[in-house]
Amino acid sequence: MKVLVFVEQRDGKIKTSSREAIAAAHQIAGSSANVAALVVGTPGDGLKDAGVDTIFTVNKPEFKLFNVMNYTAAAQKAVEEFKAEAVIGMASPMGRELFPRLAARLNGGLITDVTSLQASSGSFKGGTKPMYAGKVLAQVEFKGSGIKLVTVRPNSIQTTVSGGAGNVVELAVATADSKLKTLEVKKGSSDKPDLTEAARIISGGRSLGSADNFKIINECADALNATVGASRAAVDAGYAGHSMQVGQTGKTVSPQLYVACGISGAIQHMAGMRTSKVIVAINSDPEAPIFSVADYGIVADLFEAVPILTKKLKEIL
Amino acid sequence: MKILVLLKQTPDTEAKVSPKGDGTGLDIAGTIIINPYDEFAVEEALKVKEKNGSGEVVIVSCGPADIKERMIKALAMGADRGVYIENTGLEDADSLTTARLIAAAVKAENADLVFSGKQGIDADNMHVGIMVAELLGWPHVNVVNKFELEGKTARVEREVEGGQVEVYQVELPAVIGANKSLNTPRFASLPGIMKAKKKPLDVKKPSDLGLDIGQLKSEIKAQVVSYNKPPQKPAGKVFKGESVEEMVSKVVKLLREEAKVI
Repeated sequence: MKVLVFVEQRDGKIKTSSREAIAAAHQIAGSSANVAALVVGTPGDGLKDAGVDTIFTVNKPEFKLFNVMNYTAAAQKAVEEFKAEAVIGMASPMGRELFPRLAARLNGGLITDVTSLQASSGSFKGGTKPMYAGKVLAQVEFKGSGIKLVTVRPNSIQTTVSGGAGNVVELAVATADSKLKTLEVKKGSSDKPDLTEAARIISGGRSLGSADNFKIINECADALNATVGASRAAVDAGYAGHSMQVGQTGKTVSPQLYVACGISGAIQHMAGMRTSKVIVAINSDPEAPIFSVADYGIVADLFEAVPILTKKLKEIL
Repeated sequence: MKILVLLKQTPDTEAKVSPKGDGTGLDIAGTIIINPYDEFAVEEALKVKEKNGSGEVVIVSCGPADIKERMIKALAMGADRGVYIENTGLEDADSLTTARLIAAAVKAENADLVFSGKQGIDADNMHVGIMVAELLGWPHVNVVNKFELEGKTARVEREVEGGQVEVYQVELPAVIGANKSLNTPRFASLPGIMKAKKKPLDVKKPSDLGLDIGQLKSEIKAQVVSYNKPPQKPAGKVFKGESVEEMVSKVVKLLREEAKVI
């Protein structure tokens, strides 16, 4: 089965999480020959040895910034060129914006945010997708013929692939005669990966007591090379920005390691982080619900425990 | 200006949701509410109408019949009328099928602007609003934090990874997906609640929109075949009563040697 992988770039840098999408594509395609990558707005050389034989690019200045109309046109062109039967991308801000539009344009089936694929070489039935904020796992299958589109939740696919011929093919795609113009992308406050893609996250709750006190979380995050998150209570209290909120009305995260500091574990918070691989909870209240999902717990005051954790991590990392 | 709001219902966050014994459906115990993100969409539509000084806000929903109760709540917030699309026979519809029904209604209404919530908190999909835009050939921006309209041109901001913000210029008609930080939804006033019951709520069958149920059914391309409980984690190791130094050391060791994540 021929699979196109939509590879993301920001500022010309190819996102490492896109490697997961390529690995997912291999579960269906069987060989590098059946896997093509599309990367828009930057040359494709960054994808040599990434497990694909063909690298489609649209390397034009007006395609550098993400614009869903232009990028959908590029993806459509790559699908036609490669005769792709499936398209895989990441469940990222870009993937989530692009894939529904692409599915509607190609009249295809769409399953998003999957944590595993139901696939074997040459066959692609569907995938598993958390619903109701992770309270249930739905098995979703494609029906009928037509192209199959999937986005994969970051950190779900553990394997990596390499090799592949890596032939770069420049696609001729006209700028969409679009009523949508990307004016600019304002720089973020952090150079760390986004919460939704981070492999490690450390979050603070309302018991931090002030925005200033988040610095002990930030210091620990630096030692751990983690992205900083926050509970809704901490965000509502003004200690952290909404972009940092983990939970049902914030971001759903699934890192390798999630450290919850002074977070009691409201349902709304757990909804956003329960699929984390390993959860560490630090809380002074031994009855806090967060301990029920924690792999490792420390019943202690976070102001005492977190600096010690930072110190220990610095020693070994 | 005619502004449409796509509204769906979901169980609230606290609801208990679990697979039925045979996995074919869900048991849901809890309150059914307006999908929280759709309230931001309703609020933004009302704000645009108010700023404009005239216009109409129309709530559009497709789903089971009790969704009308949620539509009336949106009317109580200040929307002018509702269009309810029956989904009898299409309960298994995928997002694209639902989008076809809604796009047909949007077209029939000749809307200038459509707001939706950025995602439903049930299937967590973020599909339908975007698909409606594509089916109509309109632009869309989802996960919108800031929306400013001048005439027929909007300046829209959406937050992406690492706190970066994409800034767009969008020509109407367009679909805009509301994020939480877009606004603070108003509460329905008592007079609003009284008036809502008298506001028009049209009921449409797919055939009223020129669509055939059999045809739509045959075009469903993705379907949930079973629901399962997430795997239960074994009870974790919780340390208490020792020195903090001691407990932290143990956890760091476990993270390295047992969990192998650092």
